[in-house]
Amino acid sequence: MEALILAGTEDTPKIILDKASNQFEISGRSLPEDVSVFYQPVLDWLDKYLESPLDQMELAFKLEYFNTASSKLLLDILMKLESVTEKGGNINIKWHYDPKDTDMQEAGEEYADLVSISFELVPM
Amino acid sequence: MTIANFPLSFINEINDTMIKSNLIMSYVGDFSQEITKTVLSMTERNFDAEGVGEGVKKKVFNVMVESLQNICKHQYSGEETEGTSSIFTIGATDLHYSVISGNVIHNDKIDAVQSRIDQINSLDADGLKALYKEVRLKSTISEVGGAGLGFIDMARKSGNKLEYRFDTINNELSFFTLLAKISNKE
Repeated sequence: MEALILAGTEDTPKIILDKASNQFEISGRSLPEDVSVFYQPVLDWLDKYLESPLDQMELAFKLEYFNTASSKLLLDILMKLESVTEKGGNINIKWHYDPKDTDMQEAGEEYADLVSISFELVPM
Repeated sequence: MTIANFPLSFINEINDTMIKSNLIMSYVGDFSQEITKTVLSMTERNFDAEGVGEGVKKKVFNVMVESLQNICKHQYSGEETEGTSSIFTIGATDLHYSVISGNVIHNDKIDAVQSRIDQINSLDADGLKALYKEVRLKSTISEVGGAGLGFIDMARKSGNKLEYRFDTINNELSFFTLLAKISNKE
C-alpha cells in the first residue's frame, strides 16, 4: 500500500502513514485554510488501510497546535480508526504533549474518553 | 479619503491613539490565510523578544488563530468595495492581552452571531467544555471550512467572557467587533 508522506509546513502538519516501514505520525501545527481539503487524503488512506490493517499499528500524534476545525477532523480520524478491530487489527494511539501545555494534555484526555481504541498520553 | 487629502500629522495621531489604547500591533485590509500566517509569525517573534511566558503565549496564539481565521471565513465579500476592510489588533496591558477583530457582516447574520456569543458567555468552564464536545461531535465542516467551534474555543482559552458590538453601516451591513481578553499571568 502506497505511503502518504507530507512534509510539515507553517500551517499544516507533517503526515507519515507508511505501512511498509511501520511509521505512522501526525505532528507539527495544524491550521490549514481548508481542513477538509487537507485531511481528505489522510481519510482516504485510512479507509484503504482499514481494508487490511496490521495486527498492531501505533499512531503517534505530536501536535504543537491545532485549530478548532482540525480538532473536528482529528476526531473524525480517531472515530474512523475505531472500526479497526472489526477487521482483526489493533491500534494504539500515542498522544504526545508538552507537560507544560495543559490544553494539549486536556485535548488528549478528551479524545481518549470519546473513542474506544487504546489511547496513551505521553508527556514529552 | 486619501493621504493627499489630510495633513500628515494624522499619522502621528493614529500612532498616539494606538499607544494610548495599548495596541501593540494592528493590521487593516483584506484577510487571507497568508495574512493569518504573517500576523501569527510577527506576533510570535514579538512575544519571544519580549519574553512572554509560554503558557500565555500559547493561549494568545490559540485565540489569535481562531480570530484571524474567523475574519477570513466570515468577512464580507460582496460587491461593495469602499469601507469594507477588516481589522485585527492586539492590545497589551500589565494585566492582559486583548485579541480584537473587526469585520463587516450582513445584517441577517447578526441574530445568530449574537445569540451564539450570549449563550457561550452564559456558560462556565465545564459548560463550555461540554458545549465544545457536543458541537464538535454533531457538526460537519461548513462551506467556508469552519466547524462552528471558534467562539467557544476563544472563550475557553481566554478564560473570560467575549465582548462584542455591532455598528450599523446601512440596511444591509454592519461592523462586527469581537474582543477576547487573556490574562497575562502564567
